[in-house]
Amino acid sequence: MVVPACRDGRAHSVREVGLFPMKIVVCVKQVPDTESEKALRPEDLTLDREAVDAVMNEMDEFAVEEALQLAERTGGEVTVLLMGPEQGADTIRKALSMGADRALHVVDDALRGSDAVATSAVLAAALREVGFDLVLLGCEASDARTSLVPAMLAERLGLPQLTFAQKVETDGTEITVERLTDYGHDVVTARLPALVSVVEKINEPRYPTFKGIMAAKKKPVRTLDLSDLELDATEVGAAGAWSAVDDFTVRPPRAAGELVKDEGEGGRQLVAFLAGRKLV
Amino acid sequence: MPVDRLLPTPEARDLIELTRDIADRELAPVAAEHEADGRFPRDAFRTLGRAGLLSLPFDPEYGGGGQPYEVYLQVLEEVAARWAGVAVGMSVHALSCYPVAAFGTEEQRGELLPRLLEGDLLGAYCLSEPQAGSDVSAIRTRAEKDAEGFTVTGTKAWISHGGQADSYTLFARTSDDPRHGLSCFVVDPTAVSGLSFGAPERKMGLNGSHTTTVNWDGVRVPTERLVGAEGQGMQIALSALDSGRLGIGAVAVGVAQAALDEAVAYAGQRRQFGKAIIDHQGLGFMLADMAAAVESARATVLSAARRRDAGLPFSQQASIAKLVATDAAMRVTTDAVQVLGGYGYTRDFPVERYMREAKVMQIFEGTNQIQRLVISRHLARG
Repeated sequence: MVVPACRDGRAHSVREVGLFPMKIVVCVKQVPDTESEKALRPEDLTLDREAVDAVMNEMDEFAVEEALQLAERTGGEVTVLLMGPEQGADTIRKALSMGADRALHVVDDALRGSDAVATSAVLAAALREVGFDLVLLGCEASDARTSLVPAMLAERLGLPQLTFAQKVETDGTEITVERLTDYGHDVVTARLPALVSVVEKINEPRYPTFKGIMAAKKKPVRTLDLSDLELDATEVGAAGAWSAVDDFTVRPPRAAGELVKDEGEGGRQLVAFLAGRKLV
Repeated sequence: MPVDRLLPTPEARDLIELTRDIADRELAPVAAEHEADGRFPRDAFRTLGRAGLLSLPFDPEYGGGGQPYEVYLQVLEEVAARWAGVAVGMSVHALSCYPVAAFGTEEQRGELLPRLLEGDLLGAYCLSEPQAGSDVSAIRTRAEKDAEGFTVTGTKAWISHGGQADSYTLFARTSDDPRHGLSCFVVDPTAVSGLSFGAPERKMGLNGSHTTTVNWDGVRVPTERLVGAEGQGMQIALSALDSGRLGIGAVAVGVAQAALDEAVAYAGQRRQFGKAIIDHQGLGFMLADMAAAVESARATVLSAARRRDAGLPFSQQASIAKLVATDAAMRVTTDAVQVLGGYGYTRDFPVERYMREAKVMQIFEGTNQIQRLVISRHLARG
């Protein structure tokens, strides 16, 4: 596989020595608070983000934590990459107060309504711009839940994709993950640079600290728009989206459950219930 | 709904968010159980300490957060809204750190403050005695001086964190001088003998926070553990009083807010006579009065805090804040029980706990009668 050289000129494919200290980039997304009621805006059927509190996508907290742990072990550096509107700065600050070193914020009005295809194009361009040895991100975002971006991003960058990681180890040359599956896990190894998406089993994200909050104020945050990334506004946002929401229905209220009372036949009744729904 | 706060800086907003996050995830889920079982949450203080939340009002030079009281008190209020016992503990801990921070030697500060402010060490504050509550001058515990230090004998009462703390800030009599008879010490309980603790008091509330007598039976305290000058104890104790009152005021606001939130949520969902009870005017007006009490108590506490931050005298305002906030908390928590009706009177809902917790706030850190005394003396002086 052909591995692209990073912008800083290091040719990863021929290196014999490990990539320590590693340059790790974590992609994070700002999403509406999962605990709040969400609604689509009637005018364009996109999520109404103004009506609810915005927070860091929970799965990305695990990615940030893993990046910090890897950086602590290898003496590496963690850059946070976020694509999103101005208020995304709050989510960037949270990652910086957890301990990330610097941040890149891609913000442009034309990005509104971007789908996974467009998002991956923008993130890929930003990643090429900033340079990296390892890209980490959560395996899905809690708002759209397409789980597409990690794979698309890896394809665009020509990187090995190690998705659904519940454990990550690296010697600086290769990276090995335990990939969560329905039946247990696979062990997957790739050469760096690579892209890893994580599941929530991987670690327990740390809380920021007050010192971290104060330190975050002084950490560099670079802001880029589409022209900085040499991207065309027509390829992104609602205009460039490959998919669109035509219509939606509100989730129906939960129907009352069926109560099975065990009077000697409970087991049979349960199996009959499940069999009736082709679940057994 | 989280309280909509006016905060002075972006980092203060992040700090409040961090506090809510930790309090929601680490404190709230275990509070009721600890309170019911009378189990002291030592780990909670480690968690808060690691996050830097015990360090906020202190000097950055010794690991403090250098935050204004306006911000620190709102953090305390957010903790109190989830678990009053822990917030009271934070306030006691801060009180115990204060003499070393303000009057200690370089060595004492360097040795103790970083570990106290990280929550590695937990502090207790030994001032009250069975016969010396509001009247501090009645203290009888003696510290007899000799060549190597002091020998402390006496009994301290109502000591929060008694038997749990790693550092005891002690006020004891070194002479019978009415003004300069007390001295302040900071004592490591693992380095001395003759220190013992009574069983935790069987209190109406705040049972997760242990309150005990502390018995000093010829405890040897080396001279290096004297804080400030010999005879300066009264001045040290009095100088921390007003700040401590602001702390309890903030805790009371937090408890009142929690009771209001619970009552509003219940009244919105409970239906009688075909509509939610919040839509019955009698009930709705009760909730309105509760909200007005919470909001005005918060404003009074923060207004006093801003005077402190600005370096203005704030003693009278601190007493007013403590009086107003704790009386409001008592009224609001009592009304919250009323709103929840029979359910409110059971231990299956948290409001009866809030009501029991609010009561002590009218009593400790200077009873509300003492606050009125302080306020009226300020008025008389003009």
